Amino acid sequence: MSRFNTAQRRYNRSVLLLSLAYALILFGVITFFKNSSPTGLSAYAAAILPALPIVGIFAVMGRYLSDEQDEFVRMLTVRQTLYASAFALSIATIWGFLENFDLVGHIDAYYVAVLWFGGLGIGSCINKLTIGSGRD
Amino acid sequence: MENRLKVLRAERDWSQQDLAERLEVSRQSVNAIETGKYDPSLPLAFRISELFDRSIEDIFISPSSRSSKAI
Repeated sequence: MSRFNTAQRRYNRSVLLLSLAYALILFGVITFFKNSSPTGLSAYAAAILPALPIVGIFAVMGRYLSDEQDEFVRMLTVRQTLYASAFALSIATIWGFLENFDLVGHIDAYYVAVLWFGGLGIGSCINKLTIGSGRD
Repeated sequence: MENRLKVLRAERDWSQQDLAERLEVSRQSVNAIETGKYDPSLPLAFRISELFDRSIEDIFISPSSRSSKAI
C-alpha cells in the first residue's frame, strides 16, 4: 500500500513541479534583468513571474484541503496551516514595528512566505506532539 | 470522546489497518479515534456504527452521561 493517499500524491507532485518551475523562472528572470535591464511594464511583468509558482503552491494547498477525503488528516492539515499563518503573521508584524522604529533593518516582504513554509514545519511538530501525525 | 472501538475491533480480530481499510480512512484516524484524541464527524460515526452493526451510543460514550453518573 502506498504511503500517501491520492490527494497527498497529487499535492506532492504539484508542489514538486511548482518548486522546479520557481527555480527555473527565478534563474531566467535574474538573467533577464542582468542582460536586458528592463524598464516599465516588462520589468514589472518579469519581476512578478517568480512569485506565481509560490502563489500556485498556496492554491495547491487549498485544493489539497478540498480533495483530502480523510477527515482526521484534513483536520491536522488545517491546524498545521493555522499554526503556519499565526507564526508568519506574528513575526512579520513584530518585525514591521521594529523596522518602523529603526531598530532592525529592512527585510523583503516575500520572506513572509518563507516564514509560512517554516511555520508548516512547526505546525507539523505541534500536531505530532499533541494528537499524532497525519501521515504514515 | 471515550469509546468502545478498540474492544469491538479486538472482538473481530481486526488490526487498526484492517478497520481503517473498511472505513476508508487512514490508520492514524482509527488510532486517534480509539485513543479519544479525535472525535469523528457524524457521517464517519454512522459508518462505524453500521460496520459494527451497533448504535452510535453503543460505541461512543456520551461525555454528559459520564458526568451525570459521576454525580
